[in-house]
Amino acid sequence: MPKDGGIGASSKRREDVRFLTGVGNYTDDINIRGQAYVHFLRSDIAHGTLTSVDVDAAAGMAGVVRIFTGADFEGVGGIPCGWQVTDKHGEPMQEPAHPILAQGKVRHVGEPIAAVVAESPEQARDAAEAIVVDIAELPAVVNMKDAVKDGATKVHDDLTSNLCYDWGFVEENKDAVTKAFEDAAHVTSLELVNNRLVANPMEPRVAVGDYARGTDNSTLYTTSQNPHVIRLLMGAFVLGIPEHKLRVVAPDVGGGFGTKIFHYQEEAFCTFAAKACNRPVKWTSSRAEAFMSDAHGRDHVTKIELALDGDNNFTALRTDTYANMGAYLSTFAPSVPTWLHGTLMAGNYKTPLIYVNVKAVFTNTVPVDAYRGAGRPEATFQLERLVDKAAHELGVDPIALRRQNFITEFPYATPVAVEYDTGDYNATMDKLEEMADRAGFDARRKESEANGKLRGFGVNAYIEACGIAPSNLVGQLGARAGLYESATVRVNATGGLVVMTGSHSHGQGHETSFAQVVAEMIGIDENMIEIVHGDTANTPMGMGTYGSRSIAVGGSAMVRATEKIIAKAKKIASHLLEASEGDIELKDGAFSVAGTDKSVAWGDVTLAAYVPHNYPLEDLEPGLEETAFYDPANFTYPAGAYACEVEVDPDTGEVTIERFAAADDFGNVINPMIVSGQVHGGLAQGIGQALMESCVYDDDGQLLSASYMDYAMPRSSDLPMYQVDHSCQTPCTHNPLGVKGCGEAGAIGSPPSVVNAVLDALRSGGHDVAHIDMPVSPNRVWAAMHGGDAAKKAVGVVAANAKHNG
Amino acid sequence: MTQVSMTVNGKAASGEVEGRTLLVQFLREDMGLTGTHVGCDTSQCGACVVHVNGEAVKACTMFAIEADGAEVATIEGQANADGSLNVIQQAFQDHHGLQCGFCTPGMVMSAAALLKDNPKPTEAEVRHYLDGNICRCTGYHNIVKAIMAASGQDVAALAAE
Ligand code: FES
Ligand code: FES
Repeated sequence: MPKDGGIGASSKRREDVRFLTGVGNYTDDINIRGQAYVHFLRSDIAHGTLTSVDVDAAAGMAGVVRIFTGADFEGVGGIPCGWQVTDKHGEPMQEPAHPILAQGKVRHVGEPIAAVVAESPEQARDAAEAIVVDIAELPAVVNMKDAVKDGATKVHDDLTSNLCYDWGFVEENKDAVTKAFEDAAHVTSLELVNNRLVANPMEPRVAVGDYARGTDNSTLYTTSQNPHVIRLLMGAFVLGIPEHKLRVVAPDVGGGFGTKIFHYQEEAFCTFAAKACNRPVKWTSSRAEAFMSDAHGRDHVTKIELALDGDNNFTALRTDTYANMGAYLSTFAPSVPTWLHGTLMAGNYKTPLIYVNVKAVFTNTVPVDAYRGAGRPEATFQLERLVDKAAHELGVDPIALRRQNFITEFPYATPVAVEYDTGDYNATMDKLEEMADRAGFDARRKESEANGKLRGFGVNAYIEACGIAPSNLVGQLGARAGLYESATVRVNATGGLVVMTGSHSHGQGHETSFAQVVAEMIGIDENMIEIVHGDTANTPMGMGTYGSRSIAVGGSAMVRATEKIIAKAKKIASHLLEASEGDIELKDGAFSVAGTDKSVAWGDVTLAAYVPHNYPLEDLEPGLEETAFYDPANFTYPAGAYACEVEVDPDTGEVTIERFAAADDFGNVINPMIVSGQVHGGLAQGIGQALMESCVYDDDGQLLSASYMDYAMPRSSDLPMYQVDHSCQTPCTHNPLGVKGCGEAGAIGSPPSVVNAVLDALRSGGHDVAHIDMPVSPNRVWAAMHGGDAAKKAVGVVAANAKHNG
Repeated sequence: MTQVSMTVNGKAASGEVEGRTLLVQFLREDMGLTGTHVGCDTSQCGACVVHVNGEAVKACTMFAIEADGAEVATIEGQANADGSLNVIQQAFQDHHGLQCGFCTPGMVMSAAALLKDNPKPTEAEVRHYLDGNICRCTGYHNIVKAIMAASGQDVAALAAE
């Protein structure tokens, strides 16, 4: 029987009512009396020297309040990077300055050069068009391998080269890995591209800066997954505003997927300009601006190799990756291809020796940072494509090869520095084989063939690391912040309570699922609990929502704070019941004395805390409010197995997803409905990456895919109904809820099975194709079937995208 | 500036607009009806769908002056008279057809237009109809389910959760 409340219940989401009736409160819905509007003039050239910015004509135009250029920000800090990676020689990465408005040079299309503040958005835009900018164009650095050649044009003149860092992991293993490859019975290798993506939350970014002259307080309303992080970075590193004079509010957030973690120039600008102009300043991104200013994701070029012994056991793995950083270092960018990627290269397998090399490269493109999965999809894709390729080369069943090499004993210390606490990879694979009806595949393939189509079945396993992260560990790895989470639980006199959490939902339904946990712990109705988040003025310092960390880290902080509440409430109850504290039990919202019928209701205890007439005042403070900060002991390791079944039209190369099954182990699950929804959304993004999405630059650094006409977003008719299951549960051993996190799994786990399925379909038609890079668009498939090299041409992708959208 | 007058959710609405003012801007900024969203600048995403004289329209693709004299319905006017969710809205909540909620007003308005023309759509018909509405959160599974459920069809047979 499904539960009707508390942990494990598919409680309907309370936030839905406001979203469904049009009364949500997104940042663009906020308008402050007297506000002005900013329009950013952005570079349409990828790389060049800014020789002049003439604002004279624009300054006199109707409605213009003030025009800002780089000169106005000379004394202001740049956008900081939150993570310093150390290279394989022990040297820190190269870290360029990242100005609010361009200083002397432009380094990517979309970089803001000037900002016009005006009475209306239209007036700001009209005036921006009248600014005359002179740029002496320089050769654009676009291709990563060219960027690191000797003599390449430098993106940053003050750095020694375009190489941000050359990272080796684990450097001490390198020679042993080389030896294992020399001794291998079989080596499989693969070169591949993990295509550049744009996160594209449907709500574009918005910032509204406000300044109160009377108190000298600044407020920023912004579309952020982590308002405290923005307050810290912007206050301390950019504008020099102490945290107690700066409030950051992120109200309802319309999706983020990582791209709303980072601190962006526009936020700092609006906060700065509100003070400079002494009036609120609002910026609303257009979709075109979003494409050229939101941090992009992925963009790795990799060569990976697997060594196997004569019994098909994996003996060693090595991988070399070029990772695009774009023109500047976004907030978490350096950590993505290293600590969120290299540490996951063991996957679900007991490969004893692994070496990972990553070269992070500056190019004249938009900065690249975490996008749903962040590093883990890149690790999963290369490994799971490689294992499939090995199976075909060896003529063994791809599932059997995986099972043979699965880790089966836990805890398991990988050769890439992490320790998996729990898991059961055979259980999720068993579940998957049942869900995907592998036994019925041959019949379905025959049916497709009868209709002139090829049918393929592809599978992969995945593991990821969530619940980031132990602060002392990430500190050693270069993080410039802690990664704990916080919660304050405030119980009111009449028994209702408010949880103020540092986590922040951008679609995950925290207001519902967090309340379920506290309701379960106390035994009261979920509707007695309110979740407050997204405002630094009324929540404790927290690190926000990303990396599938909210229930594992934020939820754990909330559990700890609630435990403190219960402990104190028991003391009050013991006084009221005149019993010893050790005999007090809390059940179904009432405190009772063990073995007696004496009890006192939750509401009577909370009332006593605030009206302490009959109360142990000598021993106990009045009131009932507790705060906890929770720093996780380890990452959590969700894992699972995914299967995709496709049809390929041999005449056109078009791929359709016929079935998709996902068997996940997320540990304990708070709200199964919400968890399934998270997987669905992740699958759509992973299938989107595999089949259609691609962010494309030409050789001059022009962004060719800067609208929904050119960047193919997955639409409803591109996707199937999904089969998802999370009944295989090995609870996390080190957090109080036993949860692992579910937000990114779908995006991490799905791309390899899609590509594996397409190749399986092609093989069934007599086309032995070793690999097709994502997106596996019709023209790439068709070219691969016909041996043409058109498959490699990015320009073809854009054409395919345009066709898709047209 | 030009004077426009229309009926929005059954109430008279008027204001002064520029020739270039879009219907969606008029609704959001002049009428304060911020439930209708803007997700793109190329008429591709459907976050802005409203009904104009009973037809689903992308409000970013129509000038406010073109709606002069029209009957406009937005998400704010969709709930039942007693404030409870209407059948489509309720189905979206029941089937978890929304996450961040940003595409949701457009989805609900498109779904209403679909069900008016096609009261019992198949899964393929729902998916085809929604091609002008992008959702980045849900993967569409639960939106399709919600709309089919709102049409009174049994959705238990669709792929398992
Ligand atoms: S805002 Fe109207 S279609 Fe995107
Ligand atoms: S619910 Fe977020 S875009 Fe659809």
